[in-house]
Amino acid sequence: MSTTYLEAIRQGMWEEMERDPNVFLLGEDIGVYGGAFKVTAGFFEHFGEKRVVDTPISEAAIVGAAIGAGLMGLRPVAEMQFADFITCGFDQIVNFAAKCRYRWGAAVPMVVRAPSGGGIHGGPFHSQNPEMWFVRTPGLKVVAPATAYDAKGLIKSAIRDNDPVIFFEHKGLYRRIKEDLPAEDYTVPIGVAKVAREGRDLSIITYGAMVWTALEAAGKLAEEGASVEVVDLRTLVPLDRETVCASVKKTSKALLLHEDTRTGGMAGELAATLTEAVFEYLDGPIVRVTAPDTPVPYSPPLEQAFLPNVEKVVEKARWLWRY
Amino acid sequence: MSTTPAIGMDRQPQAALAERCLYYMSMMREIEDRIERKLYRQGKIVGGVYVGRGQEAIPVGTALVARPDDVMLPAHRDLAVFLIRGVSAGRIFAQYMGREGGLTRGRDGNMHMGDLKHGIVAIISALAATVPVAAGVAMALRYKGIEGVAFSYFGDGATSRGDWHEGVNFAAVQKLPVVFICNNNQYAYSTPLSAQMACANVADRGPAYNIPAEIVDGNDVLAVHEATQRARAHAGSGKGPYLLECKTFRMTGHSAHDAAHYVPQGLFEEWGKMDPITRLEARMLAEGWAGQEALDRARAAVHREVDEAVAWAEQSPFPDAATLEEDVYESR
Repeated sequence: MSTTYLEAIRQGMWEEMERDPNVFLLGEDIGVYGGAFKVTAGFFEHFGEKRVVDTPISEAAIVGAAIGAGLMGLRPVAEMQFADFITCGFDQIVNFAAKCRYRWGAAVPMVVRAPSGGGIHGGPFHSQNPEMWFVRTPGLKVVAPATAYDAKGLIKSAIRDNDPVIFFEHKGLYRRIKEDLPAEDYTVPIGVAKVAREGRDLSIITYGAMVWTALEAAGKLAEEGASVEVVDLRTLVPLDRETVCASVKKTSKALLLHEDTRTGGMAGELAATLTEAVFEYLDGPIVRVTAPDTPVPYSPPLEQAFLPNVEKVVEKARWLWRY
Repeated sequence: MSTTPAIGMDRQPQAALAERCLYYMSMMREIEDRIERKLYRQGKIVGGVYVGRGQEAIPVGTALVARPDDVMLPAHRDLAVFLIRGVSAGRIFAQYMGREGGLTRGRDGNMHMGDLKHGIVAIISALAATVPVAAGVAMALRYKGIEGVAFSYFGDGATSRGDWHEGVNFAAVQKLPVVFICNNNQYAYSTPLSAQMACANVADRGPAYNIPAEIVDGNDVLAVHEATQRARAHAGSGKGPYLLECKTFRMTGHSAHDAAHYVPQGLFEEWGKMDPITRLEARMLAEGWAGQEALDRARAAVHREVDEAVAWAEQSPFPDAATLEEDVYESR
């Protein structure tokens, strides 16, 4: 039976809660209501109010309480209703959770789930991709799965991890993609990228929903004779530099793609990494396809113009391929 | 190194409690005097120094009520909490001096320290950030069926922050076992209470969250101790959090580099007369709990203990720069 991306996250959390009594959930409207996106539907009825905690609208308290519980040896999974609202708990994440281990050797096992991404006409406060605020904070791990398989395997790894993990789940993928998942327990390791499609001529390095955009673009370019490799980062921190560099050493060309805005985006970090590590292998400039530096707009023509898409990727990739 | 006086079975319990209070208040005073007036001026402490001079009754009177399963989340003027929970004075000096022997092994300075083995969570600089964390600690205690209470410390200024309100509200809604302890020393850096909040007391904030709130003389250690027993009994009984406002005065600037010119001089004189250590000593003499000779002996013992602690810290090595990138993440 095919499993959606949303159902995969749900299954992963459910199985971890069955496996480990220290795992519990907290967040806004996650209990009785089952969550704004219904990721936690049925959890309250099955696990009870002790393990599925409906909170006030208090992101700082949600994250702060998760930190306190994590310090005491529990494994909290906190839901931000939308990744956009993570700003309200920002200090707790970047100043408290991220620095405990380094400062005083205290582990904060904690997952903050952040439904992110655009393409759902959510406008400026329900569409953002705020991963880079956390990518540049030492002490946090940042995960952004693209497939149902990885979403399930990575949420399980995140829950079992002894460091704070920010789990970006793309809202646009929730019900859009599905695949058959193994019946048995499995995890996907944090910090390991995956070659989603093999190719020889050019590497597209991306993550999250843009993996699907990249794969579609690669399919179109194949019809033109270009062999495009797609690397799905899966984890942004710790970054799997080895897989990224190995791909670019092989293809000698890199197109960096993300839905997040341009300045200070993951592409900049990847470009610097590639320049430092594999400059001698490059046969063309490193190219970026990203959203522009604007808030995420609401109206369909504006949002379509904002988001990277297959056409934009094909155009840039074709140019780079012919370079 | 730590020499907690034994509670004599043949003496009044109140006398024995007073003796313990005096010991910890004197230790805190002497440690912070050395830090601020000696080591800082000698350049041996390179970073900020924030002391709790005049406020010693609050960490001492509260923390002596805590039980082994309770978890402490002290703020930056609550040094005695560490001593009472069994952290040695030597490690505290080493912490201030950036040495390997400090609780953060040189990764952080001053009161930014914690150790879960001693049931202490480290603060961060953003005030009130530990308040929601205290709620989470209390949730975990209840979750695990441990009859512990979280002791959440903060100053008056911290109650202006959103984290404070979110944390107290969450704890109240969830009826969590937390004692919220405010040291209202009337200044947040240079900002007086009147510019910090429109209500007269921090305790006035309690009814808004439907939690009991009590005001206590924060310079009377035995009164603080007694009030904390009420607070802990309430919080530990499943009725939810309790807010304890300890009225005191910050007898220094915000930090060692702040001469506090903005504080009317009369206030220092007025509050100096209510010094918690002098007051307790006078009470002990008046009640016949101790003689002057015993008090003098106790003071000399504290000096010796602090001398030894400083010596221990000074021989603790600085951290090796090669360890810079260690422990950002769990090592595998």
